[in-house]
Amino acid sequence: MTPPSEPKQLVDHLFRHEAGRLASVLTRILGFDRLELAEDIVQDAMLQALHSWPFQGVPDNPSAWLYRVAKHKALDVVRRENLFRHISHELMADYRSGSAESLVDQYFSEDEINDSQLRMLFACCSPVIALESQITVCLKILCGLSVKEIAGAFLTVPDTIEKRLYRAKEKIRAEGPRLEVPTGLQLSVRLTTVLRSLYLLFNEGYNSLHPDQLIRQDLCAEAMRLCVLLTENPRTAAPIVSALLALMCFQAARFDARTDEAGAIVLLPDQDRSRWNRELIQKGRLYLDRSAEGDRLSTYHIEAGIAMLHCTAPSYADTEWPTVLHYYDLLLAQTPSPVVALHRAVALAEVSGPLAALLEVSMLSGLDTNHYYHAILGDLYVRNAQPEPARQHYRRAWQLTPSSAERELLTRKLNDCNLED
Amino acid sequence: MLIFHSPYSQETAFAQQSPEEMQAEIQKWNHWIGGIAAQGKMVGTEALLPVGRIVSKGGQLITDGPYTEGKEIVGGYAIVSADSLDEAAQLGHGCPILDGAGLLEIRPIMKFD
Repeated sequence: MTPPSEPKQLVDHLFRHEAGRLASVLTRILGFDRLELAEDIVQDAMLQALHSWPFQGVPDNPSAWLYRVAKHKALDVVRRENLFRHISHELMADYRSGSAESLVDQYFSEDEINDSQLRMLFACCSPVIALESQITVCLKILCGLSVKEIAGAFLTVPDTIEKRLYRAKEKIRAEGPRLEVPTGLQLSVRLTTVLRSLYLLFNEGYNSLHPDQLIRQDLCAEAMRLCVLLTENPRTAAPIVSALLALMCFQAARFDARTDEAGAIVLLPDQDRSRWNRELIQKGRLYLDRSAEGDRLSTYHIEAGIAMLHCTAPSYADTEWPTVLHYYDLLLAQTPSPVVALHRAVALAEVSGPLAALLEVSMLSGLDTNHYYHAILGDLYVRNAQPEPARQHYRRAWQLTPSSAERELLTRKLNDCNLED
Repeated sequence: MLIFHSPYSQETAFAQQSPEEMQAEIQKWNHWIGGIAAQGKMVGTEALLPVGRIVSKGGQLITDGPYTEGKEIVGGYAIVSADSLDEAAQLGHGCPILDGAGLLEIRPIMKFD
């Protein structure tokens, strides 16, 4: 067979996303205790694609091709192990009236695939395992990342990830998960855990100082994709979910402007705002609107509000700082923490001047080993025309930060300090 | 004919690749094959699965294969239309099998006129 001269291009991350979708569907069909088998089937299907697509041409519908291959392999297992009863009970269908094939087929509709992913998301974000493990499990099963890729993202070794995955899956299995979306009061509780996990995953990508930008963007993108999944299902589309998604959109919108071509850090006041993603900001506003329902003002709502104020300000100076400060007051009331107070102080400096902020920050404790604390203090002292304490704090921050990019930034600030003298 | 040889370890490594890596691999092959096809010089190409059988000793011995002594495996082939061995070798440039520790064997097909 002669392959085409213009082979069809595959959508970015198609395999990765389909791996997540397929693993979810297959696990639902075969049961959570057969998770590894489900992942093997997915791997096999993709390997088959690797061996045939370049030589026979990429199919018109690559996803459908993968689903068909995976479906057949799953059917083999269903027949061989007589899993009819399990499936039909799941679907509440009379298995006598349908063939195994038509039963399995039902799982592969778009709606059912999304449903399977949701169920898997709740299973992965099980409260019986640590948040860190929840993220790892999500990345492996739902986001189609390999152990090596996850280890790379978290700057650790594959062995560590393997162990974490193993222990997490054992714990989840011990709970006897029935792969379902929780309902009633349980839903609200479980949703909190899921959202915290997604928030953490997003932050891993956004705040991490990992040398590889692409990996970090991937982590943010995956967190957003899973959050979108929640907003698209009426059962899980609570206002708090829209609030988190709005926050993610606003933060992600600024991603490109946060580093320059050489990879150096560019702080908010200096960012080229034309490099902010308008589309994402617009999306953020839509989701923020949708989140303005119900009687619950969550920290995600407040953080999203702050992020929106930054994203819609024409410049750092023209930001509505009094409103930002007010939001930080609300945030502090909900989550009293020295770190929140520290960020609030930055807003306070814009509203009432650096001295007021310095007075507030001097009353905070427990932050002495936090390099941001010292960096911010440095900035405040500079603005208050006190270069000597500024230098001391910049040096301390330099000692404390593990990141070479941040050290480079702090060195620049120290040099600027010295110039002003 | 361009014959793709790769060490066994590479074949098994493929099986362990992540979905993202597999997609990248597919795009690489598409790109190389598409390039030759665009010149109208691709006659045919297939990948071979790393399973099969070896028949030897006058047909007496049948073993599971392909486990050759050299610990290398033929992964597939491409038949291209070229005027010389040199031109065929040129077409072989950029073949993804060469990215790892693989090698490309280039042989002219005998024509009986």
